Amino acid sequence: MQALTNRVKVLEQKPMTFMERLYLPAIAKGMIITFSHIFKKKATINYPEEKRPFSPIFRGLHVLNRDEEGRERCTACGLCAVACPAEAITMEAAERKKDEEHLYREEKYAARYEINMLRCIFCGLCEEACPKDAIYLTETFAPANYTRKSFIYGKPDLLIPDPVADPANFAKAQGQIEDRKANVRNTKTA
Amino acid sequence: MELLAIDLTIVLEKFILIVVVIMASLVIAMYTTYAERKVAAIIQDRLGPNRAGPFGLLQPVADGVKLFMKEEIIPLTSNKFLFILGPSLAMITAMLTSAVIPWGGDIEMFGRKISLEVADVNVGILFVFGVVSLGVYGIMIGGWASNNKFSLIAAVRGASQIISYELAMGLSLIALLMMTGSMSLSTIVKQQMSGGWGGFLGWNFLYQPLGFLIFLICAFAECNRTPFDLPEAENELNFGYHQEYSSMKLGFYLFAEYINMFISSAIMATLFFGGYDIPFVNEAGLAEKIGNNLTTLLGTFALLIKIVFFLFLFMWVRWTIPRFRYDQLMELGWKKLIPLALANMLLTGAVILFLKK
Repeated sequence: MQALTNRVKVLEQKPMTFMERLYLPAIAKGMIITFSHIFKKKATINYPEEKRPFSPIFRGLHVLNRDEEGRERCTACGLCAVACPAEAITMEAAERKKDEEHLYREEKYAARYEINMLRCIFCGLCEEACPKDAIYLTETFAPANYTRKSFIYGKPDLLIPDPVADPANFAKAQGQIEDRKANVRNTKTA
Repeated sequence: MELLAIDLTIVLEKFILIVVVIMASLVIAMYTTYAERKVAAIIQDRLGPNRAGPFGLLQPVADGVKLFMKEEIIPLTSNKFLFILGPSLAMITAMLTSAVIPWGGDIEMFGRKISLEVADVNVGILFVFGVVSLGVYGIMIGGWASNNKFSLIAAVRGASQIISYELAMGLSLIALLMMTGSMSLSTIVKQQMSGGWGGFLGWNFLYQPLGFLIFLICAFAECNRTPFDLPEAENELNFGYHQEYSSMKLGFYLFAEYINMFISSAIMATLFFGGYDIPFVNEAGLAEKIGNNLTTLLGTFALLIKIVFFLFLFMWVRWTIPRFRYDQLMELGWKKLIPLALANMLLTGAVILFLKK
């Protein structure tokens, strides 16, 4: 039969020679190979202590952003929920009251904002859809829990820390978001 | 009345020695399980257990506690007495062999000479072989008492393997015994120690390389180690003869395998690698310089190093060679090793006769 490609290797099925039938030289060769692996670099790492580096635009759990004064950026426009292919995002809008101007950036805000992390496929389309700079994906991943209910993340789980209560962590979270923006920009131009 | 007067101190002395030897073999077997996992990991480019304690050193303790805590299940249709007897027998026979191994020379203490051998029997090797053959009953009884056809088949498989390889093992040893002229293990060690280069040239594997090779292969088969681990073959067949076992009874079976490994390493080191002989060192000269007791301890340490090397060899082979098919196993045992051992015996006999003339 003619070979379809030129990559075919024809194997010769000769009877084994005496040295091959002896088997011991082959064992010795195999043992040298396994012994040499003792000095090779380990393929595994000490996972929780050591972590492998992520790609610069890794898509992990979401955060809701605040502006410099700590006001929530989200205006409950619903574009993220529309963009979401897994329909993981739910929200309820509300109107800002007179004395809530230090809490919300614009007149409309999300009274309820929930992401079901079991439905989410971490595609990052919500991040792309957001016109208000409000939702970002982070490098946090693989949350574990006992109940399905606890995988529905509400606003307290998603919002980055308040600058008044926790300025250090607020600055850290904002720094991470800025890094991410820069990384996304670089990947797009590249 | 003189004949009945038993020296009570010797009873005490032997008792202490037995306790030490048993404890040592248990601890070493325990850490062999750890070493096995670590060696497997390193050979496969992994890290291995490192969570329990520093470097994972408490891992065997955790495994033991786990096995003890597990639910004890005795199948309803099994023979309860034999079901418990099986693992006990496996454990007892595994540890009995340690009685005739000379763990070192003499220690002088309280004006007495204490031999580091529990029983210097003049048929030491025969004793070892007798006990090893009893080990088959642990497997057979366990497999049969479970009242499970798969356990029974696995037990038959294991028993026929052990019996087949015991033959070649015994035959390979006959050549050695023809050379030494003694079956006492301590005599064999002393003969080896009297060789040149501080004893190294007396080591039996230099004179019986083929015999040692056959003995080594058979030792792998006797311990049910890869490439001869067909009785259990955990990743291909069902678990094996200990299929129905749970909790510490299963632990005993698994543990007995590691003790067997330790003991057979010790026997190989004793018979072929000079036992507690320190190579390139004249023990008698050393004893005059640093004292008898210290020399004895150094000798025991040398024996332990040899044993550790063999244990490593057991693991190294396990993670290198895939297991034999059952017909290949039988063919190797009956058609290759036994004729080879017989030829080796004949050759040794001829050489001995020639040299005597």
